Amino acid sequence: MFKEIMIPVDLRHTSRLAKTTTIAADMARKYGARMTYVGVTGPEPSEIAHTPEEYREKLAQFAASESAMHGVEGRAHAILANDPSIDLDRKLTEAATEIGADLVIMATHVPNVSDYIWASHGGHLANHSKISVFLIRD
Amino acid sequence: MAEPAEGQGIPTPDGATQIIDTDYEIGQDNLEGKLGPLGFDIHNPVFMVSALSVMAFVFYALALPEQAGALFGWLRPWLTSTFDWFFMSAANIFVLFCLFLIVSPWGKVRLGGKEATPDFTYIGWFAMLFAAGMGIGLMFFGVLEPVYHMAVDSPLGTPSPFDANGNLIPENVARAKEMGLAATIYHWGLHPWAIYAVVALALALFSYNKGLPLTMRSAFYPLFGERIWGWTGHVIDILAVFATLFGLATSLGFGAQQANAGLSHVFGVPNSITVQVILITVITGVALFSVLRGLDGGVKLLSEINMGIASLLLLFVLIAGPTLAIATDFGKGLVAYVKDVIPLSNPIGRTDDAYRDGWTAFYWAWWISWSPFVGMFIARVSRGRTVREFITCVLVIPSLVCVLWMAVFGGVAIDQVLSNPATSAVKAQVIDNYNPPLSLFAMLEGLPLSSITSVIAIVLVIVFFVTSSDSGSLVIDTITAGGKVDAPVPQRVFWATFEGAVAIVLLVGGGLSALQAMVISTGLPFTLVLLVMCWAIIKGLRSEPR
Repeated sequence: MFKEIMIPVDLRHTSRLAKTTTIAADMARKYGARMTYVGVTGPEPSEIAHTPEEYREKLAQFAASESAMHGVEGRAHAILANDPSIDLDRKLTEAATEIGADLVIMATHVPNVSDYIWASHGGHLANHSKISVFLIRD
Repeated sequence: MAEPAEGQGIPTPDGATQIIDTDYEIGQDNLEGKLGPLGFDIHNPVFMVSALSVMAFVFYALALPEQAGALFGWLRPWLTSTFDWFFMSAANIFVLFCLFLIVSPWGKVRLGGKEATPDFTYIGWFAMLFAAGMGIGLMFFGVLEPVYHMAVDSPLGTPSPFDANGNLIPENVARAKEMGLAATIYHWGLHPWAIYAVVALALALFSYNKGLPLTMRSAFYPLFGERIWGWTGHVIDILAVFATLFGLATSLGFGAQQANAGLSHVFGVPNSITVQVILITVITGVALFSVLRGLDGGVKLLSEINMGIASLLLLFVLIAGPTLAIATDFGKGLVAYVKDVIPLSNPIGRTDDAYRDGWTAFYWAWWISWSPFVGMFIARVSRGRTVREFITCVLVIPSLVCVLWMAVFGGVAIDQVLSNPATSAVKAQVIDNYNPPLSLFAMLEGLPLSSITSVIAIVLVIVFFVTSSDSGSLVIDTITAGGKVDAPVPQRVFWATFEGAVAIVLLVGGGLSALQAMVISTGLPFTLVLLVMCWAIIKGLRSEPR
């Protein structure tokens, strides 16, 4: 059914990701799919990492600990964006194609009035990507 | 087991850098939350203090316009005449410092680490730093300054080619022409770009190589250490926001006045506050759109479009004007600049007050007060360049482009004034009457197809303002979010709208000139800030692997 599952993660909010990663791991086990954790960072220092390189290491660590916890192997894929808050949606859509994902599982917030102007990142992906998108409301 | 995916993603490791070890975490002082449906992530107290003090100053300028006008009307000439030596000496130090960095072994240090690759192409990079750095000024002063320095204010005591009755004095012409160009290029060449380069390099170095947040305070780490995370740093950041916001608001106001002057010149649109308010609203609206499209899709795209249109206009003036004479002027202007730059930058023992205090010291204070904005923006787009490449591209290339621009626009204007003084529109708008916003249009009038080129010029003025406004909003948003570049987008919308609103309020209520004087007065403390930055850059570069 699915071969490659992409899980976009925001390393600032790892505590809110448990539900999403657990569901993703269950699906991966069921279909024998591979998992890729995707994160986007800017070139400037952020609260997560001082350099893009450090960000990549942290994402790899996150992927490794999730893999160990769920018993399903997951890769890490870090993406550099010049203007992360604007470029995020486009970069995620590109990443899905690039890693050959056929399913995206992603945490998102419950829609509110601001979604009429700024759609959530998950909502944008579902609208603009050809592959299946599974949004987990927190 | 985790391995990075192939292909895209972060391309290469960025190599060794000397990260500064601090316990401070970016965003640790930030207030995060929701205001209704919109999320926010702002630095406490920089965001609130900046926003509130901007409102307080606007209120002061509106509530007590006469008092504010008198205070700031006195402040500006007092600052430029009392501290002219200080501004000029500091600017000379910045130029020498940059030239030294180009040839020093530290030139090899790469911003972002030994293996970092540039995020933007040369063209995109150059277009952005140029549009943010001076774009609009070239439109406003390209004709005005060369003609004014040639005929009116006698830099270095060079006599005017006109006598008191407006008759030509042939023996003065050659030297005055040369001086008009050299004195202008001096204001738009190495010195301003050295000022920007110092700020940009300090920010880029302490952010990309040292891992500190992308805000002004980070460059002060070598001096203040951990104290920069407290009020010492807050004050530096708030001052930077203040200078940027008022700089932008006053520019928006003056830009609207210039665009209005152009529209009334070409189409007979009435020259009124209403039209100017509409213009500011439109410019802010386009800027909002650009802000929402981000760095790549908005600012960079607009900057490149602008560079394209500006080059076409330059080419047109070059071809439609006396091409051969302009080519000669370019050479002569450059030679005169090289020859006169040392006497022009000498801060003491001169008598040309009208030029030195009225223009040079004013410009230096203005460039310096704009440097947090332009410097931060240049830093934002410069990762992956070596220090040598960075300084060369920020200092030398823009200077050469300015020489070319001034030689073409100023050269044609000077030619019009000297070859036909009686009928020259430029002479009427610059020398006989002082009407700066119209000087460019007056020059275009003397060339073919002036109705088309004037419209293009108006469009250029407006788009240059949009690029200033959107890159300014990015910068203010980053500083007021404690160096975060991924703060919620509505914050950028807030700052862009706020800028427009401040500009409109000041335009309607009066007080734009008062606020401009206020911006310039921030140039004085910032000159000290920049001098400290030079020292911090050396400290920072010494610990970097080359």
